[in-house]
Order: sequence, then structure tokens, then C-alpha cells
Amino acid sequence: MSEIYNIEPFKNDAIEKAAAESSPVLDNGPSTFLTQLLGFWVTFRTMFKKPNTVQYPEVKEPTAPRFHGRHQLNRHPDGLEKCIGCELCAWACPADAIYVEGESNTEEARFSPGERYGKVYQINYLRCVFCGLCIEACPTRALTMTNEYELADDSREKLIYEKQDLLSPIHQGMIMPPHPMAPGADEGSYYRGEVKGVQQ
Amino acid sequence: MSTQEVSADVTLELITLTIDGFEVTVPKGTLVIRAAEKLGIQIPRFCDHPLLDPVGACRQCLVDIEINGRKFPKPQASCTIPVETGMVVNTQLTSNVAEKAQKGIMEFLLVNHPLDCPVCDKGGECPLQNQAMSNGNGESRFDGYKRTFEKPIKISAQVLLDRERCILCARCTRFSEEIAGDPFITLNDRGALQQVGIYEEKPFDSYFSGNTIQICPVGALTGASYRFRARPFDLVSTPSACEHCASGCDMRTDVRRGKTLRRLAGDDSQVNEEWNCDKGRWAFKYATANNRIKTPMIRGADGELHEASWPEALATAAAGLSVNRAAVLVGGRATVEDAYGYSKFARVALNTNDIDFRSRVHTDEERDFLTSAIVGVQVNYSAIDRADHLVLIGFEPEDESPIVFLRAYKQVRKRGLKVTTIAPFTTRGSKKLNAQVIKSAAGNESQLISKISGLTSKSVILVGERLCESYGALSAALKLAQTSGAKLAWIPRRAGERGAIEAGAIGTLLPGGRPVSDVAARVDIQSAWGVKSIPENIGRTTSEILVGLQSGDIDSLLVGGVDPLDISADALVGLEKAFVVSLEMRHSSITEIANVILPIAAVVEKSGSFLDWEGRARAFETAVDVPDLRSDVRILSMIAEKMGKPINLPTVAAAANEFASLGNWDGARAPFIAASGTAISGDTILASWRLLLDAGSLQDGEVNLANTAHPSVAVISTDRAEKLGVKSGDPVRVSNSRGEITLPCEIKDIESNSVWVPRNSHTSKTIATLGIASGASVSVVKA
Repeated sequence: MSEIYNIEPFKNDAIEKAAAESSPVLDNGPSTFLTQLLGFWVTFRTMFKKPNTVQYPEVKEPTAPRFHGRHQLNRHPDGLEKCIGCELCAWACPADAIYVEGESNTEEARFSPGERYGKVYQINYLRCVFCGLCIEACPTRALTMTNEYELADDSREKLIYEKQDLLSPIHQGMIMPPHPMAPGADEGSYYRGEVKGVQQ
Repeated sequence: MSTQEVSADVTLELITLTIDGFEVTVPKGTLVIRAAEKLGIQIPRFCDHPLLDPVGACRQCLVDIEINGRKFPKPQASCTIPVETGMVVNTQLTSNVAEKAQKGIMEFLLVNHPLDCPVCDKGGECPLQNQAMSNGNGESRFDGYKRTFEKPIKISAQVLLDRERCILCARCTRFSEEIAGDPFITLNDRGALQQVGIYEEKPFDSYFSGNTIQICPVGALTGASYRFRARPFDLVSTPSACEHCASGCDMRTDVRRGKTLRRLAGDDSQVNEEWNCDKGRWAFKYATANNRIKTPMIRGADGELHEASWPEALATAAAGLSVNRAAVLVGGRATVEDAYGYSKFARVALNTNDIDFRSRVHTDEERDFLTSAIVGVQVNYSAIDRADHLVLIGFEPEDESPIVFLRAYKQVRKRGLKVTTIAPFTTRGSKKLNAQVIKSAAGNESQLISKISGLTSKSVILVGERLCESYGALSAALKLAQTSGAKLAWIPRRAGERGAIEAGAIGTLLPGGRPVSDVAARVDIQSAWGVKSIPENIGRTTSEILVGLQSGDIDSLLVGGVDPLDISADALVGLEKAFVVSLEMRHSSITEIANVILPIAAVVEKSGSFLDWEGRARAFETAVDVPDLRSDVRILSMIAEKMGKPINLPTVAAAANEFASLGNWDGARAPFIAASGTAISGDTILASWRLLLDAGSLQDGEVNLANTAHPSVAVISTDRAEKLGVKSGDPVRVSNSRGEITLPCEIKDIESNSVWVPRNSHTSKTIATLGIASGASVSVVKA
């Protein structure tokens, strides 16, 4: 490898050599008028630039399209939840901000395709660092991030978002779970995107 | 052929071989995979398990083998090949052939294994997942459809099977057959459709089914009560010990955010090996039951219980216990430290020897037997391993101490250990142990014990705690042991009983097996405790205490975890008259009459240790830390302080240290006065014992476990069935003047003058309904 990239092996005495050659920091006394002027030039130049200030909260600028904002738990087109309660997001989270408890779907109460759904889903926004590792970990694309950034509140409790705060709203063609899977469908057809929304 | 345990008295032939260029010397018969382990070389494997017979089912452990220069033409499964001199083994680390073979096998295994790790309970602790990463190809070349099955199917109420995850290693079926002796599951069909299945007419109602889940190397077998509850990586594990019986299983308790989610068998080769029973594995929800007591309570002038503060409750308890003559009932579930606390509390704070841990049927003969023949004596599981003859008297190991059963079954299967049992009929357990059954009506055991012959010093006699119900039987068993030189061990049913004897929680003994009647023993303890005197009279037994309560000789009572219905149907009557201080976990019939209730911690919430039947200490640590719930000994110490007679045991550790520093008594034991039983007669004598899974209060809250309990039946003889005109399964009514129990009957080889019913199942509670445990006359009629 060292031949191909011509990387010099690291030498220990290099540090000592550099230390010996470097000169100590000297106090040269007050700077001259010219060097001061050079410093103020940055300030002076800025006076002619267009200001960046946004009149938030009256004006809300859209974020970059992939801005990492509040999370969202997505649904399948017919309204069943995509989350399977596998806790991989919680495992991936470097800040330990996510808490998930899984539960079995039953014939009477089905929340997601397949056997398992997330019964408890909490994200603690006092801990979350919006790194997005949870999104990468999610095996079903149940967890994604929105661009919503207004996450301030007046108590710690309110900043722990529960499942109902994170779940995506019911859109056209969706039915609020619990409800059975689409006729003839199994979890595979859901994952392959074969199940469409309910015709109104 | 478990090759790594070779007993010490066999001379070992050693064999030297080379693995990956390193020489290693191992005993003859060792498998190549184990020899490699000895060098720290990990060969991937699924079907191989050190405690199961080799089978070579998964083929994952293929290695290149050469013997004396001649090479096997193809890679061989290292889990089935014993070592030989001059063998040269090349594992995946040094042989490309072995590595390629292993990667190929892994790819084959993954062809049909679903990639559902995110929803699989095993994900994160899965040997397949781990070894696919360490010894597999990163990519699969398979692009067809995977085999799918309907999922999951119930193998039993508590074991679920996802067939598509199964890699057919046969660990579960081999466990059931070789270790538990319950071959209710097997591999059905062949080829791609092969799957684990149950016998259709017989459910998988093994007492040991939970072990199959633990040894499953994939997520094919999962527990109904743990399914989807947690992922392994957010569980906090604590080493613990099982509180359910005196087998002494090492356990692991897994907790998630203060909630116990599962318990697993620990690995202790001396005791439970790697197994435990389903009760130990799943019965832990009692600690979170609704009727749990969390705050101290005092009975007010209105006769109702009111919540109170700790200082208030302690002061009331101290006042009630100090003005009167008091006695102590410990209960059979105390840890050694707690039992020591009760023992010291009785002597120091209450100045009495009226203390007894036996909250069950008991006799004076039993007390003397324990005092002179059991305390301080150690007989180990290894004695069973080496025994030439195992005699079981008044003891049904599968129900009453399941790990003793597993140990005996292992020896029966491996080397045909001779087992003799004195029991009313041939039980499923004695059938599995291939035991010679000496049939006896309950109460007549003493007449038959002397007839056992051919015992040597290598023989082992195991007597159950319920043998005391048969007058003279313990004396006869002791005599048999003394004359033959055989080892004698007493196996109680509850985890705390052996420890309570050693801690002196009985009227004849002080801690460390010191006889109360011995001056030197008392002086020992007096100086250790720094007290002027210790009462020298023999203390009352549980039944004498109950009599004393009723007659007014004793006015107040300190009660640990005791169910009065375990002692006798009338026990509560005496208790109602006294000032009762109850240290309890959950509301019970005791707390209904108690004057002061002090809440205590459950086993998962405290530390301590139990002594198993061997006398071996089984320490456990706090798994769930609940503030305000303390171990008994801490509470006793606080009461004693309020009474002005401190016992100075502020923590469990302090109690353990003090008890250890006392040491064991090396002086003379109290002599045993043998009792001689007479044959009892009658045409219908009740026999009973507790089934492993029954109505016990520590099994509350676990529905799946209760569903696998063996059905409650009344066992009657063929003669009686004919006389009554009933077929197997027809209901019969067992009754006496107090009450009746109606159960479906089962016709077995029981003595014709006996009838057997479970002692404490949901439909059959002999003490509560009939007022008797065993050995008394009842009548049986067709219901």
C-alpha cells in the first residue's frame, strides 16, 4: 500500500523535530494601524451585503429538502402502520432517545401487517441529536424525518413524543387501524408495495 | 456420551493431536470440536451441544482431518469425530477447503431461513446471526422463493414454533428425549419439508420444555410469554438463584427498565448443568401481581387495615411483640440471611426458642431427624452421578425437585443406574427412571424401608420432606443408611428450608447447627452476639405454637411468608387470637388477620442466598431495585432496634458475614431417638403430593405456564375402578367428614387400598377441603 500511494511511514522523532524548530509565541506589542485596518475590512465589507435576517416567527423560510426535523411514523397506503416494533432505531440511536416496546398483532386488533407492531413508541427530543441513524436502521421505512423544526416546549414531559404524536395523519384511502390486512394480502405484499389505498 | 465430564476415579487415557499447527492433549473420546475449544479455536456449530449426544445434523463444523498422513477425502463434521493419536486437524483458520465448506453450508442454511431478524426474538443473541457474520458469505446467490409455513404454531401453551426459521439441528428433540425423557416432539417429514412436530394425541406437557427455547440456535422456538417483549440488547442481566424449590438452579434474570421480562437457566455444571424447569423459568409474575403490598399497614381500632408510615408501623410492631410472650413462624421461603435474622431476632429480641420454619405438615420425629442427621451434612449431586443404587422414599423427584430428576435420569440413561422408589404407584417419573417401585400406602413406608437390601457406601437414599407424614419412616430411613453406609439426603420442597435449619430457625438449633441443649453451643452464640443469655429450653414447633396461641400461652406472633392452609385447615383459628406481625409480599389469609403488615422485597428485588438440598449456597443479586422494599432481615433489625434489643443486622451482607463468621458446630449433635411406626390399615387411604405446576401462590399471574400443568386426576386401582364401575376419565368423589374433592379418575397400578390426588392443584386442595395431607382414611365413590 505504501508504495502505491507513496505514504511515508510515520516517524516518531518528527514531532520532536517540529517542536525544536518552532519558535515560541512572542508578544510583539500593540498591532500597527495597518494590521488593525485589515481586521476592520471584514466588518466594513459586510455593510454592503444583503442582510440574512429572517423575521421568524412571522416569516418561515422553507428548510433544505433533506433537513433533519421531527420524526414521522409512516403508514401503508391502507392505513396500517409500517412500524414492526423491532427496536432497531432504538439500538442505532447514539443518544438513547428512542424507546420502543413491541407487541403481537391479533386477529381482533391488527395495527400492522405481519405478526408484530410497535405498541409503545417514544422519542425524547431533549436527547435527540437529529443524526438520522434511526432512519437508516429502520427496515420497513416506517421511520422518516419531516422538515418540522419547531420543537420547543415548556416542560420535559411534553418533549417526549409518544406514538400518537409521531404517527403520520390518515390520508386519502387510509383507514385508522386496527383493521385487518387487505383481502388476499400478506405482509410480503405490503412490503412489495402491492397493497393500494382503500377506494372511497 | 458427554465427553468432557469424566469422573475423577477413572484413569484417563490421554491423546495428543495437532489442530491448526498447535499440539493439544485431551482425554480419549473427546470430540475434535471440544479439543479445538481447549486451544481457543472456535469452530462454528449449531447442532453441537456439550450436554447432548453428537448428531452431526447441521454440518456447520466441517474441518479437514488427516490421520497418520492419510487424509479424509472430504471435510468432516468435527462434532461427531473423536480424537485419535496422530490426528492433524485443519479448521477454517488454516484450511481453505474447510473454510469453503463452512461458507457453503452456511449459504445452504440461509437458503430457507427468513431474513426477519428485526422481528425475531433471537435477533441480537442468535448463533445463526452471529456465525453468518463470522463464518458466512456476505451475499446469497439464492434468488428463488424461500420455504414458508404458517407461523407461529403452538407446540404447547408456552412454546411457539416458527417452522421456516428452523435449521433442523435437532437440539430440541434431542433435549426432550435425552435430558428430559419426554419425547413429545420429533422431526417430521423429510427433505425441504422436514419440520419439528408434536405427537398429535399427546401435548408437549414436559416440565422442562423451556430449555428447548433456550438451546434453539435460531429463533424457531420462542416463549409465548416473552415473545416480542424486548430485544436482547436492552435487557440488563443479573445472576440469580431460583426460589421455587430446593434444587438450587443457577439462573439469570433479564430486566428491562425495572420490569422482569424473562429468566433463563444459568450454567452450573455442579448443580443444574444448563437446564431448569418451566416453573423456575416462567413463574416470576407473582412479584408484580395486583395484590402486592407496597406500604406498611396497621390494623386500626375499627378493625380495618390502614396504610402507615414505616416508623409508625415499626413502633406498633415493636410494642406488640415486646409486651407479650411471642413466637416466630418463618416460612419455607426465607433466604439464609433472612432465616438467620429471624433466628437471632427470636433469641435476642423475643428471648425465646419458639421459632419454626416448617409451615407445612411436620412432626417432632422430623425435627429431631433434621437436628441430628441433616444439619451440617452435605450430600451432593455428584453422589447421584457416582451412585450404584438410588433409593427414593416419599419423594417424587419430577414434581418435587426437578433437577434431581434430571440428574438421576441422566445416570439411568447413561449407565443404567438402579433406582428403587417407595411410592403408592408407578408415576410417569418412576417409569422414566426405570425404577423398581415398592408400592406402599401413604403412612406405611416405615414397614417397607427395612426390606430394601443391597445398599453399599456408594448408594444414595433421598427422602422427601413429606416422608415425615409417615410416622417412623424417617427413623427407618436413617437406620437403613446407618446400617448400609449409604448416603442419606433430605430433599425439602421449598428453597428456604435447608438454609433455615442451618440458620437455626427451629426450636432445637442455634445458628450453625449448634444444639440448643448444649451449654457450649449456647456460650458460643452468646459471646458472638454479645448477649447475656440465650433461652435453654427446646423451642415449640409450629403446631405447638398454634396450640399455644389458641390457649393464650403465646400472645403475639411474628410471621414470615406462611400460608396457614399449608399447615392445617385450622391453623388460622389460633392466629386470629394473637397480635400478629406479618412480613408479607402479597395479601393473603395471614394479612387479613394481621395487626401490622410490613412489606418485603421479592427475590428479584433483593440479594441473598438459598441453601439447596445439598447444603450448597446459591447466592443471588438484586435484579430490580425497588426503593422501600427491603429484605426481611433489614426489617427485623429495625423492629429489634425499636424494641431496644438490637440484633445489628442492617444489611443482607452484614447478616451473611455474621452468619459465616459463626462457623459450623463441630461438637456432638443431639442424639436421635428413633420412632417406630406401625402399619396403618384401612380400605381407602389418601396419598397426595404437590405437582410441580399447581395452585402455588408463586405461580400466580402466568397463564401460559398454568396451561401446561398436568391434569388433576384421582389415581385409583383397577380393582376399585371395577368395584365403582368407572372407566378412566370418569369423575370420582374423594371425601371425608370435612369435605369432598371431585376429580376425573385415572386407573393405575396403585395399591388397592390407596387413592392418590394432587395436594394443591386448582381443583384438588386436600388440606383445605379434607383437612388432611396423606395417610388418613377417606371414601371414594362414583360421582
